Amino acid sequence: MLELREITKRFAGVPANDRVNLTVAPGTIHALVGENGAGKSTAMRIAYGFYGADSGEILVEGRVHRFTSPHDAIRLGIGMVHQHFMLVEPMTVAENIVLGLEPGSPFALDLKSAEARIRALSDELGLAIDPTRRIEDLSVGQQQRVELLKALYREARLLILDEPTAVLSPQATAELFTILRRMRAQGKTIVIVTHKLSEVLDISDEVTVMRDGRVVGHRRTAETNAAELAHLMVGRDVLLRVVKPAAQPKAPVLGVRGLAVTFKGGEKRLDGVSFEVRAGEIVGIAGIEGNGQTELVEALAGLTEGGAVSGTIELDGRSVAGLSVRQRRALGISHVPEDRHRRGLLLDFDLQENAILGADDRPPVAVGPGRFWLRRDEIRRKTEKILAAFDVRPPDPERPARALSGGNQQKLILGRELDLQPKLLLVAQPTRGVDIGGIEFIHRRLVELRDAGCALLLVSSELEEVTALADRLLVMRRGRIVAEVDPETTSMEEIGLLMTGGSAAA
Amino acid sequence: MSILLILLASAVRQATPLLLAALGGLYSERSGVINIALEGLMLAGAFTAASVTHYSGSPWLGLAAGIAAGVLVALVHGVACIRFKADQVVSGTAINILFLGVPALLSGALFQSTGATPQVPQEQLLPIAPIVLAFLLVPVTWYVLNRTPFGLRLRAVGENPEAADTAGVNVARVRLAAVLLSGALAAIGGAYLSIGQSSLFARNMTAGRGFIALAALIFGKWRPVQTMLACLLFGFAEALAIQMEGVSQVPVQFIQIVPYVLTIIVLAGFIGHSRAPRALGVPYQEKR
Amino acid sequence: MSFLRQLLFPLAAVAAAFAVGALVVLAVGDSPLNTYALLIGSALSWPDGIGYTLFYATPLIFTGLAVAVAFRCGLLNIGAEGQLYIAAFATAWVGIVLAGWPAWLLVPLCILTALLTGGFWAAVPGVLKARFGAHEVITTIMMNFIAVALASYFTQYHYKPPGDPILQTVPIGENAHVARIGALVPGIPERIPLNLAFPLALAACLLVYLFLWRTRWGYQIRATGANPAAALYGGIATGKQIVLAMSLSGALAGLVAVNEVLGYRYRYYDSFSAGYGFTGIAVALLGRNHPVGVILASLLFGALLRGGLFVDIFTEHVSKDLVMVLQGVIILFVAAEALFRGRGEKRVKSV
Repeated sequence: MLELREITKRFAGVPANDRVNLTVAPGTIHALVGENGAGKSTAMRIAYGFYGADSGEILVEGRVHRFTSPHDAIRLGIGMVHQHFMLVEPMTVAENIVLGLEPGSPFALDLKSAEARIRALSDELGLAIDPTRRIEDLSVGQQQRVELLKALYREARLLILDEPTAVLSPQATAELFTILRRMRAQGKTIVIVTHKLSEVLDISDEVTVMRDGRVVGHRRTAETNAAELAHLMVGRDVLLRVVKPAAQPKAPVLGVRGLAVTFKGGEKRLDGVSFEVRAGEIVGIAGIEGNGQTELVEALAGLTEGGAVSGTIELDGRSVAGLSVRQRRALGISHVPEDRHRRGLLLDFDLQENAILGADDRPPVAVGPGRFWLRRDEIRRKTEKILAAFDVRPPDPERPARALSGGNQQKLILGRELDLQPKLLLVAQPTRGVDIGGIEFIHRRLVELRDAGCALLLVSSELEEVTALADRLLVMRRGRIVAEVDPETTSMEEIGLLMTGGSAAA
Repeated sequence: MSILLILLASAVRQATPLLLAALGGLYSERSGVINIALEGLMLAGAFTAASVTHYSGSPWLGLAAGIAAGVLVALVHGVACIRFKADQVVSGTAINILFLGVPALLSGALFQSTGATPQVPQEQLLPIAPIVLAFLLVPVTWYVLNRTPFGLRLRAVGENPEAADTAGVNVARVRLAAVLLSGALAAIGGAYLSIGQSSLFARNMTAGRGFIALAALIFGKWRPVQTMLACLLFGFAEALAIQMEGVSQVPVQFIQIVPYVLTIIVLAGFIGHSRAPRALGVPYQEKR
Repeated sequence: MSFLRQLLFPLAAVAAAFAVGALVVLAVGDSPLNTYALLIGSALSWPDGIGYTLFYATPLIFTGLAVAVAFRCGLLNIGAEGQLYIAAFATAWVGIVLAGWPAWLLVPLCILTALLTGGFWAAVPGVLKARFGAHEVITTIMMNFIAVALASYFTQYHYKPPGDPILQTVPIGENAHVARIGALVPGIPERIPLNLAFPLALAACLLVYLFLWRTRWGYQIRATGANPAAALYGGIATGKQIVLAMSLSGALAGLVAVNEVLGYRYRYYDSFSAGYGFTGIAVALLGRNHPVGVILASLLFGALLRGGLFVDIFTEHVSKDLVMVLQGVIILFVAAEALFRGRGEKRVKSV
């Protein structure tokens, strides 16, 4: 059905796809797996005409085609459901589906006939979507089904789904898989991009594994297992292992009781969360992304926007729930945010001005009445100290943060936060988009920090990372903590089961 | 009774240029391109229409030339904003400044005046047609937005251009078309001022009407019918100010600021919330 | 090196605008060479040319700084025009009402009035933005019209000399006057209205520079402008920064009153501003939102305003409106920066 031959694509000189070969047989569900940044999404966006490849060929049903835009792919019967839905929220389902392919004349849009067709398509697969409703009134799962309908309306015979379960609850995931199987029964071909092995084994007929922009293996799903796929994905037998002595937990630093974050319409993205973190231990939070981890960290840091926080948050026995971000920082809470570009850095500012973010009011950097003046020499000294201690390369304080690689940016942030000698470090997705060397460095520093007596709360969507680093592991699902486990003695499968609510067992 | 009628008729006349410009702004802004250049576009239309009518003797030719001028100037705004990702507010400001200067400069060369065109004879004016057109365009605009493929695409690129792009819609082309339309409509509004309401172009004759039109557009929540009502309200305030000049104790300035105060109140969310198109002001970068 | 590169692009924009201007001059039937020679010659002659150029540059430095400060906080202050109008009226009002007060008290009081009134007028859109998310571009435009209407109302109904056909207030007290440079520096005739507002403008540039790059408040304002989400993460109250930056911006715009009311006309005069607030946008853009750049750009535009008058008189067809055209085209070119980079810059995030 679809074949990619020797596809190469570079972004700013860095290869995202390096001679990728992929063959998808008609009428199958084909999983494309790999870690974050392995090049899966890039390959699929090329297959959908969203990016142009630098070299290589795309074959659809045995014939070579040149794609200059998604239009070309759509015409050949390829549809794509993006990880972030491509829907216009204030418009209706039908309007979204016909967009770009409007029925009727240029002077009169024929939505009625489109609605009838959408209803028929929806009924056929049991999607239960009303074409006259507005997107913004639909749930995430329903929106995803609208995306499926959008592709089917365009008579897609091959559907590419990019990380379709990342935002879904376990039930919604199960429903999605039922729908996908029905579609396969109708003769559709499906490519599902994911990094969750349990899902691969559950749904796919064949699987292709990518690593560092290359295809490293292709298997029939029935003839492989999670261990083999994991091995292919990470390229080594031993998964991330961190050598660390047993924790010596001391007095509790962070105490959280009954923490909830309620958004408009009573939506609770965090509900009744209680736990504590002691000095000298790393408490990990495992869970599928979007299950309240972000809200938890933001509530603790004082960054909740648009939602109401209730419950108690105590630092060293003192309530900090009502305090501002700055006041919490002053009390010793440091924070490595999950999205360093959005939150962690001032990308266009130089490293010096990034090194004082969140610490611009502390002497010796700030002096004078009201700590009004900033001392350039002190800022430089502080920056150079951080760059040296955290091996940020190149160690040029006047370079803009944008010019650093992901790993070095992350080391800068970590260095900045640790320089404040926190009592509590909130650290989210510490190694996302960081190279292997950087990952090991960051992990080592986190363990050192723990052994120096800091309390750490670690959130990561990489299950291996949290299990490797955490001394105690809390599992979150749908805004609640559903279990506490010992990462030493609990298997990944068990944790995965807890994360998904038992519906998608590996 | 008759005073009320006179007042209402005057309000409709005052509302007409506002409505034309506001509907123009509506197309542009619903597609995601901020158009604070309405003032400059109106001036371009007003000057060109009066000049060409003066030379040709035909107001229709004048109107057509005015529209052409508006489209041309809008093209500059569109290309700067869409192709070169210029800041839309800054580009609009540039055009407003530019068209304070251009008509004055040209009128000096053409008519040896300091910014005005010669008087156009009474019989060569278009006092009614633009009014009819303006109010006809309200249902037409509603229909275009909600019942045509172009309108669907226009709304989509203004709300979520990436979604429209992945659905195969050419975002740049739709936006450019919308900006050009806004240039044409604002220019008709300007032409009405110079060869409809009065009989010549005078320096800075729009006197902020482009901005009032923008205010009406926001007050009308970027929807055609509500925008028309806002224009009528603002037109009424203007008509009232004219009628009361010298007659009443209420200073005209207080009536003149009504549209601006109302707009600020609406923007602050005190009277219903006015939600702008989500991608308004954000240049779209195609990913290819 | 990098300083020169910073200069290169604005110079290219100015050169391109002059090229477009030359075409316009040709189109209306004059010689571009003569016109530009006249423009530049009359702006740089001693002492009148330079004196007037500096005089015209003064309000532009204030408004350019005003726009630049707001811009550093990620805000576009289109309202400098209204801020300077309302401030000018308030300043004149203090100068009229307290005319009998001694100069050492009255002048600082008038300057303070200019600062506070301009600051207040800009703080309103700042609060509306921080509190309700109302877009500052629209609110400042609206505030412009309200300012002009209010000042015109008070002038017309309360402070106009009886029978005066011109819409202006009665004169301010002599004790509120700011000295002209000509009265202090020998060799400069006193007819040139260049006054102490000019050194005040230069001082404002220095202070703004120190404030933005050497103080914590300035850092917080810039961090908010660069990345509000990161600023919040760093514990910066972004709403407060928005109000602060707008207030400061408005206060700077308000200082135009010192030049125009206290140093030149000695009264409030309706529609005295030749679009200084809007030209301030051009100044800030061309000057890359940096105080030094603002000074350079203001000198350029000041020279254009001065030279424009001569072009008006001494050419057959070209009027001083050429200056407006040049301004507009310069802003367009600066805004469409990508034009000079050949193609729209393509920034693709890696996946």
